[in-house]
Amino acid sequence: MEKKTPLYEMHVKNGGKIVPFAGYLLPVQYEAGVIKEHMAVREACGLFDVSHMGEILCQGKDALDNLNYLLTNDYSDMYDGQARYSPMCNEQGGVVDDLIVYKVKENHYFIVVNAANREKDFDWMKKHAFGDAVFTDISDEIAQIALQGPKASEILSRLVSEKEIPQNYYSARFEGRIREIPCIISKTGYTGEAGFEFYVSAQDAPNLWQLLLETGKEDGLICCGLGARDTLRLEAAMPLYGHELNDERTPLEAGLRPFVKMKKKDFIGKTALEEKGEPQMRRVGLRAAGRGILRENLDVWAGEQKIGVTTSGTFCPYLKQAVAMAMVPREYAVLGAEVEVDVRGRKVASVVTAIPFYKRKK
Amino acid sequence: MNHPTDLLYSKSHEWVKFLDENTALVGLTDYAQDALGDLVFVNLPEEGDEVTVGESFADVESVKAVSDVYSPVTGMVAEVNEELLDAPEKMNEAPYDAWLVRVENITEKQELLTAEEYIRFYESEGE
Repeated sequence: MEKKTPLYEMHVKNGGKIVPFAGYLLPVQYEAGVIKEHMAVREACGLFDVSHMGEILCQGKDALDNLNYLLTNDYSDMYDGQARYSPMCNEQGGVVDDLIVYKVKENHYFIVVNAANREKDFDWMKKHAFGDAVFTDISDEIAQIALQGPKASEILSRLVSEKEIPQNYYSARFEGRIREIPCIISKTGYTGEAGFEFYVSAQDAPNLWQLLLETGKEDGLICCGLGARDTLRLEAAMPLYGHELNDERTPLEAGLRPFVKMKKKDFIGKTALEEKGEPQMRRVGLRAAGRGILRENLDVWAGEQKIGVTTSGTFCPYLKQAVAMAMVPREYAVLGAEVEVDVRGRKVASVVTAIPFYKRKK
Repeated sequence: MNHPTDLLYSKSHEWVKFLDENTALVGLTDYAQDALGDLVFVNLPEEGDEVTVGESFADVESVKAVSDVYSPVTGMVAEVNEELLDAPEKMNEAPYDAWLVRVENITEKQELLTAEEYIRFYESEGE
């Protein structure tokens, strides 16, 4: 039985097409459709319910040491309110999940994990906890709303005074308030666009949703579903767990080297990553040169040889181009390399292309 | 949702417009295009290809998914709507103008529904 997010009734009322996803009933799209929703985020603004994401607290005098041991990134030099992305590896160097850690204050961290991995992550964290560090799963009490697009700042500044809005990308204001609604205001997102994510109590979530929607209406703000969320993150070539990342593939293969601090004294998976050395397979971007739409889990060919597999793929509405991410041997991980992708029995000529496919103009 | 009464419909969500006894246009219904979402790609057969009742003769792709299009008749493809190759969104915007193929020499057709029957069919299917 799927769970409903605190915004479920709003989605039904707003004409959302509801589907089960990661154990939740969520809108895959609204009446505007995926393409219009996608374009709204690139050109104006979109509002997303991402309440299915999991939230876990890590507290105690040894919280920092726990995080630095659990995660591949280094959390030693964070300021209060700062956010930092990291893979979380298993002993074999595969990825348990990828997540974002916020430093709330000394000895107090707020972790955001993928919905589908929430229980696995929480069990993993508790199993490896040491010293004075307590992990608490607070997901059910918290809703998450994302406001994404070039108009996001303008919309938010009509509700909150400028000094209350976090200035740095990947930072948050924990004691935030939008009108009278208490929330965490975070300058983060998963669309390749500027924007904010708000963590709010389940009880206040519908009011915040409505307030944002009404405030942004004149700027072209519309509700967006999971469909647009996926095409947006794919256009921005952001990895998605279960696609680019899994329990077997290492973060180095997946192109996440900047988030793996091999010089750190120790972390779970470090020995395995050292032993594996330079990864033979690499994550690349592909652009279809022939007619066809690349999807996930399609074989990638070079001549008569099967060399890899696509991990995500779609038609990108903003670029108006079929693109995919794929895992291929390093000798093919060069821009301009020509390969073919087997699209249901038809080989579609494709070219290795720089990722992200879409980069926003600053 | 719009389902003109001068057309016939298949349970796999294609519409058929008979131009004469042996010739028909085939397209996707309004219900189908709405369920599929924004269409961004279509693969069509070639002129002269045989199509067979109940077998896939084309596929359409939305941003998120691929769907087969099944032939409600058996016959020969006399013409394909090449305009759709560059403008698949026409199937969303005007599903009854956006025919996929014109089939000639029709020798067999499946049991087709009237507009009223079709609406009843998909409404009960959705329950």
